[in-house]
Parts: sequence; C-alpha cells; structure tokens
Amino acid sequence: MLWRNTWRKFVNYFMFSMTGLCALVTVGVLFFILGYLVWNGGSSLSWAFLTHLPTPVGERGGGMANAIVGSAKLLLLASVFGIPIGFLGGVYLAEFGGRSFPFVVRYTADLLNGVPSIVMGIFAYTIVVLPMKHFSTLAGGLALGVMMIPIAVRTTEEALRTVPLVLREGGLALGASKWKTIATVVVPAARKGIVTGIILDIARVAGETAPLLFTAFSNRFWSPGWNQPTASLPVMVYTYAISPYDDWHKQAWAAGLVLLTLVLVANVVAKLFVSGRSAH
Amino acid sequence: MTISDAGGAQMVKQESRPAQSGGATVAADDVKMRVSGLDFYYGPKQTLFGISLQILTNRITALIGPSGCGKSTFLRTLNRMYETVPHARAEGEILFDNEDLLSMDPVTLRRRVGMVFQRPNPFPKSIFDNIAYGLRVNGTHGGAALKEKVEKSLRRAALWDEVKDQLQKSAYALSGGQQQRLCIARALAVDPEVLLLDEPCSALDPIATAKIEELLFSLQDQCTLIIVTHNMQQAARVADFTGFFLLGELIEYNKTEIIFKTPAKKETEDYITGRFG
Repeated sequence: MLWRNTWRKFVNYFMFSMTGLCALVTVGVLFFILGYLVWNGGSSLSWAFLTHLPTPVGERGGGMANAIVGSAKLLLLASVFGIPIGFLGGVYLAEFGGRSFPFVVRYTADLLNGVPSIVMGIFAYTIVVLPMKHFSTLAGGLALGVMMIPIAVRTTEEALRTVPLVLREGGLALGASKWKTIATVVVPAARKGIVTGIILDIARVAGETAPLLFTAFSNRFWSPGWNQPTASLPVMVYTYAISPYDDWHKQAWAAGLVLLTLVLVANVVAKLFVSGRSAH
Repeated sequence: MTISDAGGAQMVKQESRPAQSGGATVAADDVKMRVSGLDFYYGPKQTLFGISLQILTNRITALIGPSGCGKSTFLRTLNRMYETVPHARAEGEILFDNEDLLSMDPVTLRRRVGMVFQRPNPFPKSIFDNIAYGLRVNGTHGGAALKEKVEKSLRRAALWDEVKDQLQKSAYALSGGQQQRLCIARALAVDPEVLLLDEPCSALDPIATAKIEELLFSLQDQCTLIIVTHNMQQAARVADFTGFFLLGELIEYNKTEIIFKTPAKKETEDYITGRFG
C-alpha cells in the first residue's frame, strides 16, 4: 500500500515535470532562434539597412528596403487573394454544407495544404509567369495566396464550429436570416479564433521562399507596380546566405531578424486588437 | 387522438362566446394557432403523431410530459426552428391567424413568433446591442427610437432597474437569471404576437425562477405565451391551459385546473401524481 502510494506520487511528479519541460522547450526554441538572430544579425541591423537598397558586392553598407517593401506587397496581395476565398469557403463548410460536398471540400483543402510549396511555385509560374513572359509581384502573390487558402478555410471552419448552436438559433429566432445571423452573431463570436488563424496563416507564408524563386524572382532595385520582378526577405536571406561573402552572411541574418520581428509584431498587434474589442 | 380534438374544441367553448364544436365557427380572434393532425419526422423516425390543439390568444399554455415526449419538438414547429436540423420535417396543418404556418416564409414567421431557449443564450455583445439586435435586423436604426425601445423592452422584462447603468457592458457579465430575462427582453423587443419558451427556468435557481414566472404573468395581456416545462408546479402556477405529451402524442389538453385536478386520462393522472415520468 505504502509502496503504491510512493509510486503514484512519483508518476505524478514525473509526468508533471515532463509536461513542464516540454512546455519550456517550446518557449525556449523561439527565444533561442530570436537570440541567435539578434546575436548574428543585430550588428548589421541599422536604419540604413531598413531604408537603403542593396549595394553591389564588395561595397560596404547598403540595406534591404526593397525586399521589405517587396515582402509586404507580396503578403498584401496574397492576403487579398487568399483570405476572402479561404474565409468564405470556411463559412460555407461550417454553416451551409450538406454531407458529401463539404467532405470533398475539406479533404481537398487538406490535400492542398500538403502540396509542397515548390509545386505551388510551378503552378503560379505556369499560369502567370509564362503567359506574361516575365517574373512579377503578381505571380508571387498568387502563389502565396493559393498557399493561404487551405489554412484559412480550415481555421475559419474550426473557429465557427466552436460557436454554440444556441447562438445561431437565438439569431434566427429574432427573425434574422441565416446569412444575417452568421454575419452578425456567429462570425463575431468566433472572431478571436478566425483572426488568430489568419495571422498564423500570413506568418506561415511570410517565410516561404521556394514558390517565390521562380514567380517573384528577385530584384536589386525597387520594383514599381505589380508586374515587375521583386525582391523579398526570404529570397534575400537565401541568396545572401549561400553567397561566399562575410558581410552578406551578416545581412542575411539581419534580414531573417527583420522578417521574424515583423511577423511577431503583426501577431501581437492582431491579438491585442481582437482581445481589446471583445473585452466589453 | 380524439381527446385532443375534443378537448380543444370544448375549451374554446368555455372560454369564448358560444360556438359550435367544428373549429371553423370559433371566433378567429380568440384562436392564435390552430394545429391539426401534425406529424413530425427526424429522417425516417416519427416523433410526433397527429397532434391537434388550439392555442388561445393572450393566454399562457403549458406543455408538460416526460423527457423525450416531443413537447420541445412540438414547440419548435411553431416557429419552424426545427428546420435547423437536417432531414427534419413536419406534416399536417398549423394555422397561425388563419395563415398556413408551415408554408410561410420562416424569417417573417419568426419575427412574429419569438422564442426563449432552455439555457440563456445572450449574444457576445453589450446588453444594449443584445436587445437592439432584433430591432436592427427588422430595420429600426437611429438613436432615439432604438434607445426608447430598448428601455421599454428591458422594463417589460423587469430588468431595467438592474442594468440601466451598465447597458454597454457585456451581457455575459450578468447572472444566469438576469441573462434569461435579457433573452426574454430581446425577444419582446420586436413585439412578437406569440412567445415560445422552451424550459426557460431549467438552468435557474428558485429565486430567478420566481422572477421569470412573475414576468410571464405580467406579459400575458400583451402576447400569447406557450411554455414547455419539466416542472409541473410551474405549469400549475402559471398556465391557463396545459397539454400533456407522452411518446409523441398529445394525451390530454384542457384548462390547467382540470388537468391537475380531474384529468380525463389515466396516463395524465399517473404522470401528475408522480407515478412515472
């Protein structure tokens, strides 16, 4: 009896330690990456890095302003394209679907999510770059946008499914149409989950490199408009990191740091925005 | 099933001007809803069998019976809320002010027949926005008119004094009983002709329950109330008429007093006296 009790206590303590340790590792990994980026890239990070164009090899200084703006433009385009489709598709799955069609949609979305990003690149290359005969922001944005759809669909669906049925019935019982109930009761109630999911979705494609290599390509200068090749942070990281130059390596670290910081800031701002609005 | 037909007709005779026992000659303004031969199915499974009864205007009607007897399902046919469940269908006839309820536009119907649910279900919005929801959906916008109606509805639900200083607070900050009165106020805001209440007190403590019952009394001259309840004392306290459901059939329907003191059917008596259920 006594031995059993001791064993039980030990198991209890052991499992508590293990779960705590794993939680610590999760947090630790993020801070480790962040610390490593700051350590290696911090020294190259300067105001000039954020506001200047890259310099030719051998010249010191220079920045990645065009890549920062390029990434922002790509993500904007991808969001404009991917979020509405994914969001409305998710609403359909959660609220309107019958039996067989939603199953097909859900399954397809999961498959699409598993399509390697380089294949998405080829897809955008084939339908945008080849007909236009040159690389462009448009093609890169499209490739990233398609990649955003499946996660937007699934997170929207999941978030809407957590809204209790009685809230929907409450709206319907007051003479609101189904769509009106969804738009004014169900979606606002699921707002937190939807926004969080979409931010994660943006963060995920923000770091995608492969599909940009032959859609947006890269550019050493500013890329005006939407139909020119453009620089982007992940492609810059890739190009600079595999170069044989030391100061380019440092700039690659700095670019990684900027990318991660932008994603984290977007994440925090969106969370604050959502929790601030639901507080009252 | 003959009982319910006869019961309905007799009841009408006692309550209104003399009329012949064929339903058609009963003065139309006294009967709010006339249900005849209502069958209900979830897919292949039939859950209601030939329900016939008449709901009188501005009266409180209680529906009682053991769990799973079909009383909530019946209630949900009266505002077509069952349509949220796939493969559910109702057959038979329900006349609502002499209109065919089962073929009406459900959105229009639900603006006239409000509903309060078993558990309080305020929207995750402010108290004010909860009440204003139905009004806005129905096209009332603009500050003054909206404010006035919100206050009026909260007063009708006896909640105004408790919340008048915190209208912008989340409805979730209220207690369970307050939330349920908020839901009643929300339903009343659009001036429904009929209010359906599906076990509105089952999640509440006795004090909150007493408040809701008091509220129901005060509402009966403004609208027709139909309440489903597990609590027989509640039916006896608040209702003018009571219907007893068992296994999807309406066993007996009559004045509450008669149902509780001299029920015509043995099943009713057994249930009332607590011998089963």
